Amino acid sequence: MSLEAAKTIATALAIGLGVIGPGIGIGITAGKAVEAIGRNPEAEGIVRATMILGIAFAEGLAIFALVIALMIRFT
Amino acid sequence: MIHISIKPERIFSLWAFPVTNSLLAAGVVLVLFTLCALWYNRISKRKSKNSFFYLITLGLRLLYSLFHSVFGEKTDYFFPLLASFFFFILLHNWFGLIPGVGSLLIAVKENSHVVFAPLLRGDTTDLNTTLALALISVSYTQVVGVTSLGLKEYLKKFINLKSPMAFFTGVMETISEFSKIIAFSFRLFGNIFAGEVIIAIMAFLIPILISFPFLLFEIFIGFIQAVVFALLSAVFFRLAMEKAH
Repeated sequence: MSLEAAKTIATALAIGLGVIGPGIGIGITAGKAVEAIGRNPEAEGIVRATMILGIAFAEGLAIFALVIALMIRFT
Repeated sequence: MIHISIKPERIFSLWAFPVTNSLLAAGVVLVLFTLCALWYNRISKRKSKNSFFYLITLGLRLLYSLFHSVFGEKTDYFFPLLASFFFFILLHNWFGLIPGVGSLLIAVKENSHVVFAPLLRGDTTDLNTTLALALISVSYTQVVGVTSLGLKEYLKKFINLKSPMAFFTGVMETISEFSKIIAFSFRLFGNIFAGEVIIAIMAFLIPILISFPFLLFEIFIGFIQAVVFALLSAVFFRLAMEKAH
């Protein structure tokens, strides 16, 4: 298998497998936040701010995978 | 194939200091921001102020209330640093989306052959910048912890000899402080660099109008990443001031 082919497969695998976990995590976080707003509509401000914070943490992990994939592809 | 490189390219050298295109963009943003700030100051001294002044004041008030929810009474002490983080990151994220940034090329002589490199490049797509911001944030967290708790009390959070479980927790705290540096720098770098790459690749694949929704998305992401960096720094400053439990 040539280096170019291996690089392409590695890029696809890195980003593909890397966003499964964060995707599930963000879905759960947003779902719980929507549920909390539904139960208590007055707390919408603080629930939304905390949800954005939680999503940013989970998205950071997906971005780590994306950076590795870009590094494999372009160097 | 389009020219995408993780390293920013050197444009010229200033007596053996290489000036990269991201440093050049940082200089441009610095000059523009200083002019805006001086004009804001001059308008604030007038009797009748215009809508530019009110817009910026609204932004500052919203930012203040965002940090007020974290700090409460002590917001005034931390607000200059956190608002600086927010405005620096926001302006640099959005600067990379301006037409011309990243697409206007300049011929650079590199070891006796000529390559074409972009003249300007958003500063937050440079890992050096984001690493510097992360180091400032994390080391200031330690300073905040030491000045508010005292050195011995603050070190008790990391070296806790009461029981093996507590010792292990202390070790995990130390490791997580270092991983915060990596997380801060890579979160910001990855989001903004990946956005720039996506816009370039989409424009390469389908040259008509396909980059436009990605551009709007990147404007939103640039704002969110600035908020997240500042808010996360605020939360870590707050946590550093708590005693060990």
